[in-house]
Amino acid sequence: MTDQAYNFAYLDEQTKRMIRRAILKGLAIPGYQVPFASREMPMPYGWGTGGVQVSAAILTPDDTFKVIDQGADDTTNAVSIRSFFERTAGVATTTATSAASVIQTRHRIPEEPLTEDQILVYQVPIPEPLRFLEPRESETRKMHSLEEYGLMHVKLYEDISRHGHIATSYAYPVKVEERYVMDPSPIPKFDNPKLGDMAAIQLFGAGREQRIYALPPYTQVVSLDFEDHPFEATKADQVCGLCGATDSYLDEVIVDDAGGRLFCCSDTDYCTARRAQGHQGPAFLDSEAVA
Amino acid sequence: MLADALAGGFDTPATQSAHAFRSVMEAMARPGAIQGIQGGAPPAPLSVAAGTVLLTLCDTDTPIYLAGKADHSDVRAWLAFHTGAPLTGPSHAMFAIGDWDALMPLSSYPIGTSEYPDRSTTLIVECAELEANGTTLRGPGINSKAMLSLPETRAFQDNRALFPLGLDFIFTCGDRLAALPRSTVVSRSHGEAAPAQGAF
Ligand SMILES: [Zn+2]
Repeated sequence: MTDQAYNFAYLDEQTKRMIRRAILKGLAIPGYQVPFASREMPMPYGWGTGGVQVSAAILTPDDTFKVIDQGADDTTNAVSIRSFFERTAGVATTTATSAASVIQTRHRIPEEPLTEDQILVYQVPIPEPLRFLEPRESETRKMHSLEEYGLMHVKLYEDISRHGHIATSYAYPVKVEERYVMDPSPIPKFDNPKLGDMAAIQLFGAGREQRIYALPPYTQVVSLDFEDHPFEATKADQVCGLCGATDSYLDEVIVDDAGGRLFCCSDTDYCTARRAQGHQGPAFLDSEAVA
Repeated sequence: MLADALAGGFDTPATQSAHAFRSVMEAMARPGAIQGIQGGAPPAPLSVAAGTVLLTLCDTDTPIYLAGKADHSDVRAWLAFHTGAPLTGPSHAMFAIGDWDALMPLSSYPIGTSEYPDRSTTLIVECAELEANGTTLRGPGINSKAMLSLPETRAFQDNRALFPLGLDFIFTCGDRLAALPRSTVVSRSHGEAAPAQGAF
């Protein structure tokens, strides 16, 4: 049931048309940031209003919607966006990655490979990968138009000379189809290889900065790197304490008052599904050994 | 007639336009993939697909160019009532609609600027046929390759050469559509004869 006090998916039809036109141009020019007139949403900017507006423009009542925040479905932010669209668009919701037709995300790409029947919507805080080099929008726009990406490489190389490796571990810049340098939003660089050649459509929405950009399926996406320092999709060199996964991105969490620490999957649906299949991580083996 | 102009819009605009947009988005995201689309009932000569795309994307902010037979008084009245979109010539069109020949020459449409390549025309091309054969498509959105019956090859190669500037195309036929964004690399399929030299 939708709440009739709202428009379908909250936004009025004219706003949705404007966002839809921006999405189409974004898909036609992969990695290019399309300006759009962002609307006030009934939530603060930090809560992913760009992603929410993109979701509002693409959802149909037939969709099954999932929201993840840092990989988890149960944070305040994820729960509130999910219930927002349950109420305003009447969509079914899920926490299972494979059951979702539209997934809105902040800071992660699900571990489970997405399919052609799915759409991934990113909440983007800062869409401009060149922003830290040049604060003026007029200048960064010019740099993109001229493919002036040398400074970006210099910045990454400074990391190498200072740290011995590229220290950027989130929002690691990528080049799309050998043309536009794009900010993949603050996903860990562990997720960067999933951006390219993905079967699902990827849409990026930045509310405060009023930008929409997109990656069509099967698009070439390359993380910037150097011959002598190739890109590495790093993660903690541990296994998940709960499900034993060796291939998933891990968060380090404090588990007790004594400051005990545990590495576990950041993608909670992935971890839950593995445990349901009977996989068990060393955290359980340890406790059995103690008992 | 006024009564005709009032008919043929969406009965439930919010959900019908949402479904229709998903068809258009899937088409633009997957060049060459043919999608069904419905909801609009435009006057002749517009197809259901073309009329539904216009209802879904157009309003007072989107100047439309009606080319050739599409520039019909019934179409004008219908668009005015359901979209409020201003009519214009090709050089100011955000959307253009018509048969391929009527839409020519492509050089008359805006292709965007180097800083705003999105400010370019989307052409809705009414086609007598729309099939997954003829021309080979490669590029973003396409897993290896796709096939689509395009009205010609050369114009799309020239358009691709402008990337990231360029025009984007939606091909409509009955209640189906497919799209070809500027990013797609188009080549004549094996076995199709090359045009004779000097044909132009
Ligand atoms: Zn796990």
